[in-house]
Amino acid sequence: MNTDVTVILDNSGIQRAITRIAHEILERNKGVAGVVLLGIKTGGAYLAKTLAAQLERIEGTQIPVGEVDITLYRDDIKEHGVNLEVGKTDIPFSLDGKKAVLVDDVLFTGRTIRAAMDAMMDHGRPDSIQLAVLIDRGHRELPIRADYVGRNVPTSLKENIKVSFDDNNQPIQVLLEK
Amino acid sequence: MNLYIKNGRVIDPAQSIDEVTDILVEDGVVKAIGKDLKIPAKIETIDATGLYVTPGLIDMHVHLRDPGLEYKEDIISGTKAAVAGGFTSVCCMPNTKPIVDNKAIASYIINKAKNHGFCNVFPIGAITQGLHGEYLSEMGELKESGCVAVSDDGKPVKNPELMRRALEYAKGMGIMVIAHSEELDLVGEGVMNEGFVSTDLGLKGIPRVAEDIAIARDVLLAEYTDSPLHIAHVSTKGSVEIIRAAKKRGVKVTCETAPHYFTLTDEAVRGYNTNAKMNPPLREEEDLKAIKAALKDGTIDCIATDHAPHHIDEKDIEFNQAMNGIIGLETSLPLSLELVRSKVLTVNQLVEKMSSNPSKILGFNRGSIATGMIGDLTIIDPDYEWVFDINSVSSKSKNSPWLGNKMKGRAVYTIVNGKIAYKAV
Amino acid sequence: MATFNHKHIIGLQDFSKEDLELLISTAESMREINNRLIKKVPTLRGKTIINLFYEASTRTRTSFEIAAKRLSADAVNITPSISSATKGETLSDTARNLLAMKPDIIVMRHAVSGAHNFLITKVNCAVVNAGDGAHEHPSQGLLDLLTIKDKFGKLDGLKVAIVGDVTHSRVARSDIFALTKMGSHVYLAGPPTMMPPKVENLGNVAVASSMKEAIQDADVVIMLRIQQERQGKTLMPNTREYSRYFGLNPENLKLAKPDAVVMHPGPINRGVEMSSYVADGDQSHVMKQVENGVAVRMAMLYHVSGGGETE
Repeated sequence: MNTDVTVILDNSGIQRAITRIAHEILERNKGVAGVVLLGIKTGGAYLAKTLAAQLERIEGTQIPVGEVDITLYRDDIKEHGVNLEVGKTDIPFSLDGKKAVLVDDVLFTGRTIRAAMDAMMDHGRPDSIQLAVLIDRGHRELPIRADYVGRNVPTSLKENIKVSFDDNNQPIQVLLEK
Repeated sequence: MNLYIKNGRVIDPAQSIDEVTDILVEDGVVKAIGKDLKIPAKIETIDATGLYVTPGLIDMHVHLRDPGLEYKEDIISGTKAAVAGGFTSVCCMPNTKPIVDNKAIASYIINKAKNHGFCNVFPIGAITQGLHGEYLSEMGELKESGCVAVSDDGKPVKNPELMRRALEYAKGMGIMVIAHSEELDLVGEGVMNEGFVSTDLGLKGIPRVAEDIAIARDVLLAEYTDSPLHIAHVSTKGSVEIIRAAKKRGVKVTCETAPHYFTLTDEAVRGYNTNAKMNPPLREEEDLKAIKAALKDGTIDCIATDHAPHHIDEKDIEFNQAMNGIIGLETSLPLSLELVRSKVLTVNQLVEKMSSNPSKILGFNRGSIATGMIGDLTIIDPDYEWVFDINSVSSKSKNSPWLGNKMKGRAVYTIVNGKIAYKAV
Repeated sequence: MATFNHKHIIGLQDFSKEDLELLISTAESMREINNRLIKKVPTLRGKTIINLFYEASTRTRTSFEIAAKRLSADAVNITPSISSATKGETLSDTARNLLAMKPDIIVMRHAVSGAHNFLITKVNCAVVNAGDGAHEHPSQGLLDLLTIKDKFGKLDGLKVAIVGDVTHSRVARSDIFALTKMGSHVYLAGPPTMMPPKVENLGNVAVASSMKEAIQDADVVIMLRIQQERQGKTLMPNTREYSRYFGLNPENLKLAKPDAVVMHPGPINRGVEMSSYVADGDQSHVMKQVENGVAVRMAMLYHVSGGGETE
């Protein structure tokens, strides 16, 4: 099968997007006080670390970063013929009273974000939840929108967006597969 | 009814006959054997070209469950299964309800079989009253009423003194004792052979020595009392060795094994298959080999089925709760023919084990095709391929590990007292 | 991505190393749920789980019940004293009746080895074995794996001693099947009356000539429960002599590695299988086993809840 692959964001493009998102987070939250990042496994978790490092470079303060695995909160477990592997959720801090920024690589139907928010709620009660994504490809099925978007990429349902990472879990590029 | 069976391979070990020839059966007896017989004009003729014609097969160990347990089998269904399997005579064990320990029950069986059965039925009476192992049954009257042997089959005579007296008393009455030899304390709560498979499945094992030790006891008692003894369902290497040595010493001991003991091992239990649950239990490869060797060298005299019908409700349950035993009448012949195909036995030896020897042991005027003998004949197609389909089972019960299996060889005609009792379609 | 392709969990003998690794990995993920304030995830919402216990068991039944509830399944317990078993209903009929109530999973404990192999021929829902006769106790085997892995970070190459009545122990069987698949070296010890024939054929298993040989330099010592009611009277003189030759005490525990862990499936007969000094000592991991039990059972329920869809 021939798949047509286009690079829609290269490494420097990703870096610029993350830098911009970092600044927007700082602006909106008036600094990093009370801000925590929660990456959705697996791509979002990698990006959350990259974003945290960027925020630390700007502000000089370490930002708490956690990871959320949404497998147990999915609404489509029944439809998966085989069992999905369950990843580990790791939130090594309290969410109570925090400004939680949920980080994912690609925003699509919104169902993953719904599951992630449910998972977060079972861990504590943040003051607010914001959403940062590298790519918003549209086709929302739930009333969810991102607060911070690296790049809006209108897609068809047949297309696929893939963020690739290197061995150190650093983003390399974003690909559009037709 | 008269019958002319032509051009079959007539095998009669009792007369050392093995040749292609013709047989004329008239008024229920063998009238003549040989080529160029004078044949009446109007006679039913069976072309036996390519088939074996043997004395009617005798299964000296079956459970017909009649009276009292007719939900499992009865004399009609059991004898129907017998003739479908090529048997013209069966000997039924006394563990019915009530027990065959008196003349009335023995007569009931004989009469019902005579009036409604498809083959000859010879009841075996109990050694002890009610099979309780306490008092000897009325062996004299049992013999007089038609019982051909006594046995407490299903359980051993636990008390060795009583077993000694049974052998002595039976000898005096001229009736054969058939021993179910098993040391119950060693069996305990075991449900299958004790070995690697029982370890693997976590099932309680029955050690082989539970059989060996009991057979040794019974053989020694037979030797001491100088009485004939027949041992039922031999399944272990140890038992075979004990019997072989006893025969060498001149002990009047004979024995039988069942097709499952030379066909299957305890591996068949895997999956907790209750149709592989029987007593004695299926043993191991070395036992299977020993059983075959003992059939070959004559240590084991007979092949008997231990046909043990059980209702599906007694088999389709948890392994521990399931009843022991399998049906065997319809599968015995093809499974035994496999011994011929694999050159363990000659056809003549097979006919000995399935007809002449049981006849000799029980003192029947059967098991041979001599002129003037009763017209019990089995015509076998050794190459007949068929499937043991659950819907084709004649027995009321379907508890067999071979259901759905391909079989090779079967009786195509079973002739009882000169009449065709079964004909394969 | 690893997938679990079994509809039922009857025994660890049926599982590959990868299956075991997946179950352990899922259990590790489940543990996080048990350590937070809201100990519940919605994963099995709307699923009905029947805990059918033909043998008394407080611990395993409670553990399965909590596991089901933490995954948001509806769990119903049926025990012989309140069930129709006392009325003589067959397992087959009980199963059919339960099935008419549309459960998604039946978790069963039964005194007869192979009862689950029979049950799956009667029902179309998933079946999880909570212990059958002397056959298998897969959840115990898995929680033992997890507890050992927690301590050593691996299972490969460890020396594991299993001491006691191996013949009548479903725990021993599940442990042997699982540990040998994971590369551990298993040494069995116990009186020969409690050692099943050819047990060494089960895998990388050695029968030690004495308890001392089994626990010498062991990383793990698993003590089996002595159940005289199940064993009959002929296997040993009495518990006093048993504990003298096959009981674990602070002295013989010194033969094992200094950081060796001591485990027991419970409930412990104190002073028989092990002395209280050992049972309550630093090396005892008995409570960790119980804790891991919930996570392991959550993993089992999770993986069979989707497995049925594959067929």
